[in-house]
Amino acid sequence: MQVSSAVRDPLVTGGKTVKDVSHDISRQVEGKPTQLWWMAMAISLALLGWGLYCVCILLWHGIGMWGLNKTVGWAWDITNFVWWVGIGHAGTLISAILLLFRQKWRMSINRAAEAMTIFAVICAASFPLMHMGRLWLGFYWALPLPNAFGSLWVNFNSPLLWDVFAISTYFTVSLVFWYMGLIPDFAVIRDRAVVQGNKVRAQVYNALSFGWQGGAKTWMRYESVALILAGLSTPLVLSVHTIVSMDFATSVIPGWHTTIFPPYFVAGAIFSGFAMVLTLLLVTRVVFKLEDYITIYHIELMNIIIIVTGSIVGIAYITELFISWYSGVEYEGYAFYNRVQGPYAWAYWSMMTCNVISPQLFWIKKIRMSIVSTFVLSIIVNIGMWFERFVIIVTSLHRDYVPSSWTQFHPTMYDIGEYLMTFGLFFTAFFLFAKFFPVINMAEVKSIIRSDSEKPSHEAH
Amino acid sequence: MDADKNFLVGVFDDEDAVLKGIREVREKGLKIQDVYSPFPVHGIDDALGLKKSRLPMAAFMFGMTGTSLALIMQIWMLGYDWPMIIGGKNFASLPPFIPVTFELTVLLAALGMVATFLIASDLKPYKWPRQFDIRSTDDKHVMAIDLAVNKGKSKDEIARIIKGAGASEVNEKNFE
Repeated sequence: MQVSSAVRDPLVTGGKTVKDVSHDISRQVEGKPTQLWWMAMAISLALLGWGLYCVCILLWHGIGMWGLNKTVGWAWDITNFVWWVGIGHAGTLISAILLLFRQKWRMSINRAAEAMTIFAVICAASFPLMHMGRLWLGFYWALPLPNAFGSLWVNFNSPLLWDVFAISTYFTVSLVFWYMGLIPDFAVIRDRAVVQGNKVRAQVYNALSFGWQGGAKTWMRYESVALILAGLSTPLVLSVHTIVSMDFATSVIPGWHTTIFPPYFVAGAIFSGFAMVLTLLLVTRVVFKLEDYITIYHIELMNIIIIVTGSIVGIAYITELFISWYSGVEYEGYAFYNRVQGPYAWAYWSMMTCNVISPQLFWIKKIRMSIVSTFVLSIIVNIGMWFERFVIIVTSLHRDYVPSSWTQFHPTMYDIGEYLMTFGLFFTAFFLFAKFFPVINMAEVKSIIRSDSEKPSHEAH
Repeated sequence: MDADKNFLVGVFDDEDAVLKGIREVREKGLKIQDVYSPFPVHGIDDALGLKKSRLPMAAFMFGMTGTSLALIMQIWMLGYDWPMIIGGKNFASLPPFIPVTFELTVLLAALGMVATFLIASDLKPYKWPRQFDIRSTDDKHVMAIDLAVNKGKSKDEIARIIKGAGASEVNEKNFE
C-alpha cells in the first residue's frame, strides 16, 4: 500500500506481473548458453590466458619485465589498480547509498553493479600483488603475522598497509552484501527447478540459497541485515578510495601531496564506476532481453549521476591547477605546468577532454536518453579515468627533483599483457555470473511491481 | 495429534490480501505458524505481532569487538612488542591507527551480523527446507497454520476462517 506520484516514470515497463519477474530473470539461468555467450567467453578466456602467460614470465624474471625505471617506480600497475578499484565503487554506491536514500530505481541494476564491484576489486588487487614480485611472501609483508624476524610487525603508519585492510575489507563486505541479496533469488531458481523436475539444478541452487524459505520472521531479519550492511558499506566505500588517494597524498611528491585528493578520488571513482555499469548493462539488457527492467529511465538517472560526479572531477582538476599556482611552491607549480605543457601533455588533454567535456554532453536530453550515445560516452569516460590515474602517477614521477634523473616511461609487452589479463578475468567472471546467477534482484523488483510498474493496458485508467 | 506435522495452508495472491488475511485470521483467535512470501512485505511483522529483531545490537557488539581488537593489536605491536621510530612520531600514536581500526570494525560487524543472521534463521547449505507451497518463492504468499497448535477449532472451521480472510485456496499439508 504505497503511494506513488502519477507523474513519476514507471520503473518496470511492459505490464509485468510478479510471476513474469521470476520467469524473465530465471529464464537465462535455466536455458542453454547461447552461441553469442560462448563467443564472448572464448574471447575473454583467450585474453585471460595470454595475460596469465605474461604474469608467469613476470613472476619468473621479476618486475624488471615492466617498463619501470629508477625514476618512474609506479606506472601502469598502480594506474590499473586505482582504475579498477574506482570502477568497483559504483556497485556499492548503487546498492548501499541508494538503499539508504530509498531510491527504488537501484533495484533492477544493483545485482549486476555489485557483481561488477567484486570482479573489479579482484582485478585491482592483482596489481599490487604482482608488484610484490615474490607474492608468496606477500602475506608476511602485508599482514601482521608472526614471522621469523623477531616478530617484526608491519608498519601501521603506512597508507599502503591501510590499503591492504581497506581493499580486503571492502572485498569481503561487498561479497557478503551481494551474496545476501542472491540467497532468496537462488531459492526461486531452486523451486522452479523442482517444478521442472531438474533434480541436479534444484540441489545446487538449494545449497547456494542456504535452504531459504522466506518466512516472515526471516524476511524481517533479512531486511534489517540489508539495512545495516548498507549503513556499514557507505562509510566503507568512502574510506576505500580515500585511503587509495592517501597512497599518494601522504607522500611528499609534488603533484601528489594534496589535501583535495580524498574527495576528488571518491567522486572520480563513482564517475568511472557508473560509466562501467552503463557499458555492461547496456549490453546485458539487450542480450538477455531485459529492456522492461532496465529502462531508458534508469539509463537517464545514471547519466545524471555521471554529470554530477564528472563536474566534481572537473572542478577538482581546475582547483588543483589553481592551487599549484596560488601556493607559490615552485615544485608544485612545475609539476602542473609539466602536466599541461610537458611530454605527457597528450595524456593530460585526453583526460580533460574525456572527463570534463564529454560528460557535459549529457545535459542535452536527447544524448542522455540515447542508448548509442550513452554507450559511446561511457567508454570515453572510462578511457578518460584511466588517463587521469596515469597522468597523476607518471607525470608526477617522471620529473624528479634532480634533472639528471628526468626520464620517460615506456610500457613493455608485459605491462600491456597484464592489463589485458584483468580484462579477461573481469569479463570471464562477469559472463559466468550473467549465465549462472540471476542478473536482476528478483525479490526487490517483485516488491515494487504493485507500486512502480506500468500497468497492463486493460487495467489502465 | 503431534505438533509441527499437520498443517492447513492458505494461499494469498498479493501483499495487500495477505496483510488483511493475517489480521483477520489472528482476530478469529488462530495461531499462525509463519507466512512465506516471495519478497519482504512491509507491515507483515506488525500484522503477525513479531518482536523487533535484535540483529542491530549484535552488529554493534561485533563492531565494538573489531574496534577493540584493532586498537589492542596496533598499540601492542608498534607500541610495546617492537617499538619503531617512524617519521619521529610517538610509538603508539593514535591518528595513523584509525584507518585500520575503522576497517576492522566494519569487517567484524558485517561478518558477525551475517553469521548471526544465518544461525538465527537456520540457513545452511545442506538443509532442504520444508515447503508448504512451492509457489511461495514465485508469486504467492503462503500462510501455514499448525492444526495441533489450534486444537480448539476443527479443521473445517479453520479452513473456513482462512478462506473467509481472503485466501485464494486452502490446502492440507502433512509432513512425516
